[in-house]
Amino acid sequence: MALLNIQNLSVDFKTAGGLFRAVDSVDIACERGEILSIVGESGSGKSVSMLALMGLLPWTAQITADKMEFDGKDLGRMSRRERRKIIGKDISMIFQEPISSLNPCFTVGFQIGEVLKLHLGMDRATRRKRSIELLDLVGIPAPETRLSAFPHQLSGGMNQRVMIAMALAGDPKLLIADEPTTALDVTIQAQILELLVSLQREKQMALILITHDMGVVAETAERVQVQYAGQRVEEQPVLDLFEAPHHPYTSALLAALPERAVGRKLPSIPGVVPGQFDRPTGCLFAPRCSFVKPDCHKGVKRQPAELGHALCNHPIASSGSKTSAAGGAA
Amino acid sequence: MLYFLFKRITLLIPTFIGITIVAFSFVRILPGDPVLLMAGERGISDERYARLLAEFGYDRPIWEQYLEYLNDLVHGDFGISLVTKQPVLDEFFSLFPATVELSICALILATVIGIPAGIVAATKRGSFLDQTIMGTALVGYSMPIFWWGLLLIIVFSGILGWTPVSGRISLLYYFPNTTGFMLIDSLLSGQKGAFQSALSHLILPSIVLATIPLAVIARQTRSAMLEVLGEDYVRTARAKGLSDARVVGLHALRNAMIPVITVIGLSVGTLLAGAILTETIFSWPGIGKWMIESIQRRDYPVVQSGLLLIAAIVMIVNLLVDLTYGLINPRIRHQ
Repeated sequence: MALLNIQNLSVDFKTAGGLFRAVDSVDIACERGEILSIVGESGSGKSVSMLALMGLLPWTAQITADKMEFDGKDLGRMSRRERRKIIGKDISMIFQEPISSLNPCFTVGFQIGEVLKLHLGMDRATRRKRSIELLDLVGIPAPETRLSAFPHQLSGGMNQRVMIAMALAGDPKLLIADEPTTALDVTIQAQILELLVSLQREKQMALILITHDMGVVAETAERVQVQYAGQRVEEQPVLDLFEAPHHPYTSALLAALPERAVGRKLPSIPGVVPGQFDRPTGCLFAPRCSFVKPDCHKGVKRQPAELGHALCNHPIASSGSKTSAAGGAA
Repeated sequence: MLYFLFKRITLLIPTFIGITIVAFSFVRILPGDPVLLMAGERGISDERYARLLAEFGYDRPIWEQYLEYLNDLVHGDFGISLVTKQPVLDEFFSLFPATVELSICALILATVIGIPAGIVAATKRGSFLDQTIMGTALVGYSMPIFWWGLLLIIVFSGILGWTPVSGRISLLYYFPNTTGFMLIDSLLSGQKGAFQSALSHLILPSIVLATIPLAVIARQTRSAMLEVLGEDYVRTARAKGLSDARVVGLHALRNAMIPVITVIGLSVGTLLAGAILTETIFSWPGIGKWMIESIQRRDYPVVQSGLLLIAAIVMIVNLLVDLTYGLINPRIRHQ
């Protein structure tokens, strides 16, 4: 049984102009010890679906789901109080901006210790010992002295390591990393990713990595889910996805990678993600798609697993260049 | 830290000099002088007027008077009241505890009600409760103190007869003035009913004086809370599985308190200004009432030195407020 099983999750935000659908009937599944990557542009609903799972969305959000199962328990049907026993312990999350994600008024030691006290009921001395171990685990030098440091005294990379240590404090079964490297320098990005992957292996926890960076996906993920305008448009194991994307959007994203560019000019996808008021009927990607056919404006259908679950009427059968078996391997 | 303190204290010196100039010239700009006012309606002969003026030294050029005043100040001489013939400093310190008692009670009232009201309004943003709290705060902020005080006296003292109209304690009680704070002294005296009497005298003036700071604190707490509740670290705190009470009451509040402390500190100045009106309405024997009476009698030494002492207290309080920032905001402490 999958560790995380979300089915048909939709999130609508009440706005002055009516409801805005940020997540549209998304399924997300993640096995124990697996690295799943959710990729998409800004506004594709990748963070929102995870925040919905954590119960961190503001009250303006209306969440509906057939199922939001984690470790056999349905989070969607739990009271907030019950859910709080799971989040921060069995599911934890780290965020994009490490410096603003830590409370500037409290020391690093206090903020880590809080999790240990709340979820594991540790006393002061044990908390201190465990906090030092955790900081050591995430590669912070001189952890004893860092416990009394405030977030503003540490660099962005160090703060993200503290966030990771805090997330690991409850020994989670699932760690959700929401663009954990976006705000960091390139060299630090690589270190943090490496750390996340090595910790994931060591602790055999599942890792959901939310990113818009295909390079990050290629380096870390095992399975990739591509989201566009709140919908899951494709899902494949990472190698297959890079070799044979089936959805025109995935294909266009990959073509836009600088490493893959062939011409003098870097290809880009024309247009923008549809917003609240210009949501097309039928396939949401149709206005930007280079393979668009008349029937795309009427409706869209989900393809089978062999075609990467692509939400597309005319999926790309193979990448055309190397292998045509890639689709079958999925 | 010591350097910071030293810098702040040195900055106070030019401010003090400025205040002496303002206080000194302000009271002399007012029409009339102490001699004329003391003479009253019967008037005074020109000869006697000139002699009295010379006696007080008010016939000399104004800059000469000012320099002498400064010289006295430097030597710790704040002057002697023309009316009571008592040293200004003695009068100030005998009346000051009454004002402090009233101001502290008002500030406690404003803080204890204002901060929770602001938190509730922020967490229930847009709700009926939020609108009620903020509406009430706006009314409180806009209300003229004088009118509000009289209204309360009419209702609670006049119609309902629950509270006394004026003064600090009922005349039935007499006990030594140990601390100058009536609440404490009445307790120390051990006389039955003395404390209740002192408290009942304090209630209405405290409410009147607290009204404006309360409204300001509630509004500031609400806006600071709203800002802080949207911060990433609040989301992190929730993601840790902490209870709403802990997320709001500890993680958010600690950060939201930084601007609120500023407002509380600044309202000390407002309190002393408000005390002038409140003390006059309730015949509260504090420095506010003393200043008003001295201005009316053109008691030059009292007005100029009294203003200076009040200003000094406001500045010291503001300095203390700046120092407390460091306690709640580590980003300032470590600079």
